[in-house]
Amino acid sequence: MGIILNHVSYVYSEETSDEIRALNDVNIKINDGEFIGLIGHTGSGKSTLVQHLNGLLRATSGEIYYNGTDIYEKDYNMKEHRSKVGLVFQYPEHQLFEVDVFTDVCFGPKNLGLTKNEAELRAFDALKQVGLSEEYFYQSPFDLSGGQKRRVAIAGVLAMKPEVLILDEPTAGLDPKGRDEILGLIRKLRDENNISILLVSHSMEDVANYVDRIIVMSKGSVLMDDIPREVFGRYRELEAVGLAAPQVTYIMHALKEKGFAVNPLATTIEEAKDEILKGFVR
Amino acid sequence: MGIIKAKDIVFEYIRRDEEGNVEGITRAVDDVSLDIEKGEFIAILGHNGSGKSTLAKHMNALLYPTEGTLWVDGKDTADAANTWDIRQSAGMVFQNPDNQIIGSIVEEDVGFGPENMGVPTDEIWERVGESLKAVGMYEYRKHSPNRLSGGQKQRVAIAGVVAMHPKCIIMDEPTAMLDPNGRKEVIRAARALNDVEKVTVILITHYMDEVIHADKVFVMDKGKVVMQGTPREIFSRVEELKELRLDVPQVTLLAYELKKAGLHLPDGILNTEELVKELWELS
Amino acid sequence: MIRDITLGQYYQADSPIHKMDPRVKLIGTICYIISLFLFRSLSAYAVATVFLFAVIHISKVPFRFITKGMKSIVILMTITVAFNLFLTPGDILVQFWRLKITRQGVEASGYMILRLTYLIIGSSLMTLTTTPNNLTDGMEKLLKPLSVVKVPVHEVAMMMSIALRFIPILLEETDKIMKAQMARGADFESGNLIQKARNLVPLLVPLFISAFRRANDLAMAMEARCYRGGEGRTKMKPLMYHRRDYCAYGTLFLYLAAIIAAGKWGPF
Repeated sequence: MGIILNHVSYVYSEETSDEIRALNDVNIKINDGEFIGLIGHTGSGKSTLVQHLNGLLRATSGEIYYNGTDIYEKDYNMKEHRSKVGLVFQYPEHQLFEVDVFTDVCFGPKNLGLTKNEAELRAFDALKQVGLSEEYFYQSPFDLSGGQKRRVAIAGVLAMKPEVLILDEPTAGLDPKGRDEILGLIRKLRDENNISILLVSHSMEDVANYVDRIIVMSKGSVLMDDIPREVFGRYRELEAVGLAAPQVTYIMHALKEKGFAVNPLATTIEEAKDEILKGFVR
Repeated sequence: MGIIKAKDIVFEYIRRDEEGNVEGITRAVDDVSLDIEKGEFIAILGHNGSGKSTLAKHMNALLYPTEGTLWVDGKDTADAANTWDIRQSAGMVFQNPDNQIIGSIVEEDVGFGPENMGVPTDEIWERVGESLKAVGMYEYRKHSPNRLSGGQKQRVAIAGVVAMHPKCIIMDEPTAMLDPNGRKEVIRAARALNDVEKVTVILITHYMDEVIHADKVFVMDKGKVVMQGTPREIFSRVEELKELRLDVPQVTLLAYELKKAGLHLPDGILNTEELVKELWELS
Repeated sequence: MIRDITLGQYYQADSPIHKMDPRVKLIGTICYIISLFLFRSLSAYAVATVFLFAVIHISKVPFRFITKGMKSIVILMTITVAFNLFLTPGDILVQFWRLKITRQGVEASGYMILRLTYLIIGSSLMTLTTTPNNLTDGMEKLLKPLSVVKVPVHEVAMMMSIALRFIPILLEETDKIMKAQMARGADFESGNLIQKARNLVPLLVPLFISAFRRANDLAMAMEARCYRGGEGRTKMKPLMYHRRDYCAYGTLFLYLAAIIAAGKWGPF
C-alpha cells in the first residue's frame, strides 16, 4: 500500500523573522518495493520531508497515510510506525553509544518491547545483512573504521524490520569505494527483503545507477517526480535549482549537438558506451 | 629545494588497548619522499585511511616524523624552535567546517591568526579585508558563521589561513562534508588563490573531479606514495586506481570503456570537450 | 531553527548605548544595581526610574524585548513578595487565620518588586545592547589586573567565547541525536525519574563523544593558526575609550550623586 502524502506543508517561525515554509504542498506516493532517489541541494526541504515520513516532525497542514491509515489519528501507534518506516540519519555512526556493536544493534528491537532472545536474533540477522563479519560483533563500535561504523548504524535500523527504509545521505564522507559498497549494500537489502527504499542524496551520479524513480525537491516543493532518464533530460532546469545531471548526460548532449546520431537520454556509463559504439559500428 | 620537501619520512604510532598495553605499531606514513615547488597546485589522493591526512599534519608541524626529515620553506619541522614559523608559512584548512571556526563573527574569525602572530591592529583589518575578498566572502564579514552554508564556512576558514600570509596552504579534505555546490565554491576559491595570489596549494581529497586542474597528483595507499604524475598520467591508469579504492571522473571512465571496446582514443581524457573532439576526429 | 538562538538575547540596533565600550556598560550596570539597594525612599526611586527610562529610550531597544526577560522571574518574584508580605512584623492591616499582612510588609514588598524589576531591566539592557563576545572582552580587560596574581584571565575569557560559539552547534547536535534515537524507538518522555535518567544514556554518550571530538579538532585548528595563549597576542578590536565613554562615565557619576542626594534629603 505504501505511503501517501496529501498536500503536506510544514511551516515554522523564527523568533525574529517571518514564517518559513520548509515544505510547501507536497504530494507524493511511495509504493511498496520501490527504490526512489530524493534529490535536492542543502535547504531544499528533503531532510524535513523524510522526518515527516516517520513522524519525527508533524505537518502543519495536510495528511500522511501509511498503508491506508492516517498517521495523525489520535490512537495511532507512532512508536510502531517508526519501526515500520526506518530512518537512517546522515552520519548515523554518530548515534552509536553501546559498549559493543551487538548490544548497540539490539537497542532498536528492545525498544519495541521484544524479548531479549528475539531482539538478539534480529540484531544478528541485521549485522549479517550489512555484511559485518562476526569478529567485530563484540568490539566497541568506536574502534571500527568509518565504513564499518556506518554499516553497524544501518543494521541498528534494519533490526527493527522496517517495511520502508529511508537513508539520508548514506554515502557522505566515504571514499569512492566505500560509497559504492554502501550503495551496493542498499540495493542488496532492497532485493533480499523486498522493502521500499528512499535514498536521500545531493548527487545525481550516486543515484543514477540504482533507483527506479527520482523526486527532485527545491525550496520545499516537489519540482520533478519521474524516472531517471526523464529527470536528467531536464538538466537545464536542474542547474537552475543548483543541481546537475550526471556527467554522462552532458557528454551525450554535447555529442548530439555535434551531430552524432546518439540518444542523449543515456544515464549510465554502460548505456552511453553502447549508444556511442552503435554509431561507430554501423 | 622546494617549499615543502620530505625525505624518507616515516610516521609510526603505538596502538594501545584499554589497559594501556601495547597492541602493535601502525605505520601511517611509510617512507615518503616528495618535493613540492613554490606556486604549484598539488593534489594528494587516497582512500580513507591511506595516510594522506597524517602526511598533511606533518606539513604543519602538528605531527613530527618518526624517521626521516621534512622541511617547510627550508626549515626542519622536527626542530621545536621552527614550529611557529612553519605554521605561519604553511597554513592548514581542515575537514569539518564547524570545528575550525573560532570567532562568533566572520571577520573576527579571520583575524584570529594574525592576532596570534602579534600583527598590529590596523594591519589585521587590512589583512582580514583582503583575505575575505580573495575568497569572495567580504560581504558576509559581519555575519555569524552559524548562519553560513558549509561551502561558505570553508571559504571563511580558508580566508582565516590566507590572512596569516602563508607561502603555502594545505587543505585536508576541505570538501568531504560539503554538497556539490559547496565543493565547487571551495575548489574555485583554492584555484583562485593559486592563480592570482600564487600561493602553493596542497589539496588532499578523494574526489577525483577536484584534481583535474592540479599541476601534479600524488596517490597514496597504506602510507606510501604509489603513483605520481600529471592528472592525465594518473587518470590513464583506471584499473590501478580502482584497486586503490578510487575512481575516475565519468568522462574518463567512458573514454576508457570505449577504448577497451576498440575505439582509438588517447589515454586519460579529462573533460567532455576533449572526448567530443576526439570522437569527432574518429568519425 | 535552534542555531539561531542568540545567547543573552542581543538586540541589533544602532544606538550610542550599543556603541559604548562594554566596560562602561558593565561598571554602569553594577553601579546601578548597587544604587537600587542603597535607599528606600520614593525620591531615590524617582531618580532611578527617570535614569532607567532615559537609557532605554537612547538604546532604541523596543520595550517588549525588555519585558520578555521579566517572564522568567515571575515565580521568583512572587515568592519573594509573599515572604515580605506575610513575614514582616509591624502594624497589622489584614489578618486571616495565621497570616498577617502588615503595613511595613506591604511597603517592603512594594520596594522589593521595584528593585527586582529594575534590576532585571537594567541587566537585560546590558545584554541586549552588548554582543556576548564584546562582553567577554570587557570582562577580560576589567579583570586584567588579576592576572598579576596568576588568575588565567585571558584563558577564561577565551573559553567563554568558544563556549558561546559552540552552544548553538551542540544544541542542534542534541536535537539531531535525539531524533536519531527516537527513530530507533527511544523514549525520552515517559517513565519515572530514574527511568528517564537511564533513557538519557543513548543521548548523552554520543553527545559527549561528539563534544570531545569537536574540542580536539578545534584545539588542533587553533594550534595550526599559531595560537599559543595570551602572550604576544594583538587584538583586532582592542577596547579603547572614546569621548562618548567618558561622557557616559560622567553621566553615571551625576546619576549616583543625584540618587544619593534624593535618598538623603529627598522630600518623600
